[in-house]
Amino acid sequence: MKELSEAELKKIAYNCRKATFLIEKQQIGKITLREKMELKIHLTGCSICVTFMQQSAVINQMARKLFASDHRELKLDEGFKEQLQKRINNQLDKN
Amino acid sequence: MLTKDPEINTIDNDAVNPHKWVSRYADYLYTYAAFRINDEDLARDLVQETFLAALERKEKFEGRSTEKTWLTSILKNKIIDVYRSRSTGLAKGVDATNSDDTDTDFFDHNDGHWNDQHRPAELGIEQSDALENKEFQKILKACMKKLPALWFSVFSMKHIDDETTEMICNELKLTSSNFWVIIHRTKVNLRSCLQKNWI
Repeated sequence: MKELSEAELKKIAYNCRKATFLIEKQQIGKITLREKMELKIHLTGCSICVTFMQQSAVINQMARKLFASDHRELKLDEGFKEQLQKRINNQLDKN
Repeated sequence: MLTKDPEINTIDNDAVNPHKWVSRYADYLYTYAAFRINDEDLARDLVQETFLAALERKEKFEGRSTEKTWLTSILKNKIIDVYRSRSTGLAKGVDATNSDDTDTDFFDHNDGHWNDQHRPAELGIEQSDALENKEFQKILKACMKKLPALWFSVFSMKHIDDETTEMICNELKLTSSNFWVIIHRTKVNLRSCLQKNWI
């Protein structure tokens, strides 16, 4: 692996767009060793992106929880359900 | 196994009981769809379509999964069809993945640093006990509803249904690099929306 030049290091250290991209990628996929190092360097000097990373993980967990099937169930209109079951029954009788 | 065991056959037939479908699964399927497509009328139609499609192929149900899982998988395919049609609609209009507009809102165009109004601040949700916070859940849901359709589809398939990246790219006809751009922008966008509405 080629060493990072000072200019490159500086670029990484200041690039939050790139860092947050890598944070997202790392959460659900794989990033290269080089990318891991870049991210580490960035996070050492950027507490804002550290906050982003923590919040991002919380958002993922919360979204999952919100959508879990045992979460609050919506109810279909009873009339609609009745019609639907009738339709199914008719279809069954045909066969 | 070529010879059919009559007893097993009976069990299989019992496993599918369309007379009970609506009372057993309609609300569950409706909830499942409504949360994933953000459209209650369409969700209702999908539930109906799911039952009718299931009726047509009920002979093919092999009893390897439960009736509920089987119906859910049929519904899931219908939801993906909705995602797909929504995302092709988008591609024809504004290409949601190929413009820098939304990005430069969040980050400085030159150095990639956070722009002031979107810079993450500590919100007191950094630890997972925030998961129980009802107000926060409500805001997150509202923020998700505001996402462009394609972004919402990708987010939901990845983070809620745990689909593989490959499957999502195939179903929604995305390149892998488009996929990652969407994943990134969605999160930056959601987070910023949370912050804006939480404070």
